[in-house]
Amino acid sequence: MKRDWLPLLLIPAMMIGALPLIGSPASWVTLTVAGLAMGLMIFIMASGLTLTFGLMDVLNFGHGAFIAVGAFVAASVMLALAPWMTADSIWLNLAAIGPAVLAAMVVSGVLGFGFERIIVRPVYGQHLKQILVTTGGLIVAEQLLKVIWGPDQITLSRPAALRGAFLFGDVAIEKYRVLAVAVGLVVFAVLALTLNRTRLGLLIRAGVENGEMVEALGYRIRRLFVGVFVVGSALAGLGGAMWGLYQETVTAAIGAQVAVLVFIVIIIGGLGSVGGCFIGALLVGLTANYVGFLAPKVALGSNILLMAMILLWRPQGLYPVAKR
Amino acid sequence: MAEPLLSLRGVQTHIGRYHILHGVEFDVAEGGLTMLLGRNGAGKTTTLRTIMGMWRAVAGEIRFDGHDITHLPTPDIARLGIAYVPESMAIFADLTVQENLVLAARSGPPDRKRLDWIFARFEALKRFWTLPAGHLSGGQKQMLAVARAIIEPRRLLLIDEPTKGLAPAIIANMIDAFRELKDGESTLLVVEQNFAFARQLGDSVAVMDDGRVAHQGSMAAFAADSALQQHLLGLGMDTHQ
Repeated sequence: MKRDWLPLLLIPAMMIGALPLIGSPASWVTLTVAGLAMGLMIFIMASGLTLTFGLMDVLNFGHGAFIAVGAFVAASVMLALAPWMTADSIWLNLAAIGPAVLAAMVVSGVLGFGFERIIVRPVYGQHLKQILVTTGGLIVAEQLLKVIWGPDQITLSRPAALRGAFLFGDVAIEKYRVLAVAVGLVVFAVLALTLNRTRLGLLIRAGVENGEMVEALGYRIRRLFVGVFVVGSALAGLGGAMWGLYQETVTAAIGAQVAVLVFIVIIIGGLGSVGGCFIGALLVGLTANYVGFLAPKVALGSNILLMAMILLWRPQGLYPVAKR
Repeated sequence: MAEPLLSLRGVQTHIGRYHILHGVEFDVAEGGLTMLLGRNGAGKTTTLRTIMGMWRAVAGEIRFDGHDITHLPTPDIARLGIAYVPESMAIFADLTVQENLVLAARSGPPDRKRLDWIFARFEALKRFWTLPAGHLSGGQKQMLAVARAIIEPRRLLLIDEPTKGLAPAIIANMIDAFRELKDGESTLLVVEQNFAFARQLGDSVAVMDDGRVAHQGSMAAFAADSALQQHLLGLGMDTHQ
């Protein structure tokens, strides 16, 4: 079977190309791991959004709300369990982070269920209304977060076990980034296995391509879509919780800020493609870290430039989904 | 007289602001093949899509096996035992041939004997079993679209222009397959422009003109009446193959 490896080769190509520019191998390793960690956190947040777009052509600009809610809920749980977070025992640290992440996913998932019913469902098939109403949803959610948690940012310290770095000679790799890479890879593996090895995944992939025909085969695609929307929202909540710990601060605007990167990633990857989203997220993470080190003044626009270059090469994204 | 398997009464359908079907009425008897003929734009594809619930009838009634299916959602209509092969084929290009057929077999993994029966008629599907369907040729995609509809027994098959772009050898295989299906488990309603194919296979015929059924009867009588063919289709069945 002929596979398209070219987009996959972009990641090692970017890594190798950055090495002579950075000069120091130790700095290069640190930046590379930081880029992969950032990319995988963005992937966790973006994967659900790309699938919901692919399945039902829904442009959900409110996705940032699930990220922000996840970050706030996780922060609240972790602050409530502060003695465990600051304890020297890794098990107590994990006992605090585990429930925090779980709560973030559950609350974001439930919010996603309501969001789909109340805000998205009335505007199926109407892109302009989708943009307006989901953007409105994001603004309302941000204001509600300020009402519930107050207008000030919440400072969130990482637990003792995740502070500091692993040192290998001159190379320093932050512990938290290693955890982010591990969680991101687990999420990707579970998604890839579900999509490629299960009947549910087969239905989702077919639905992304041609939902009408899936219905003609006797499957209720709306139910499938609601399920994917809820899982995507829960993953956004997980990503929000991880991003909050990564930044060590949580504000009501956290979702909107990250959503920009999330949209860049799903456009680069090809709307509806989880594999493309994965590669796009890694490219965005690496670009942000390499450019931030080499030319901090252009770091802000570097990912926009990356997106423009990729779209000039492949206008439908790295892995365009074959649409009907 | 036995109740028809499928009947349409006064069915009207709009697509956007266009009024396409103006009161379609015809019956499909159980166990046979009904050809739906007509000029381009007569409303044949719209009729099939309306039966499947993919475009909604705004008036009239569609009954299948005693059930009123006029307002049922598409998945529920399919689950009553109706399979649909659209003119565009609508195969899932990113899925392999195998995955396309596994998905179409709702009740579980495809039956081995059934698969062998399909492979005997559409050999290319066996050869390209693990290839993404988007890599198939146009004719092979058509085979896959038909195979997807018949991977499990269905009461009624709605097939839109199955021979479009196919080589004669494959058309012959398709004729064999449709014959066996109509003589066995299924009833077929087929939209077709290939009149030689239509005449060989059709037991009855409904001819559409301007969003209505202008004629319904046996295929044998219609094939023998060149004046009627000329009137309804603008040409004789012998002159267009």
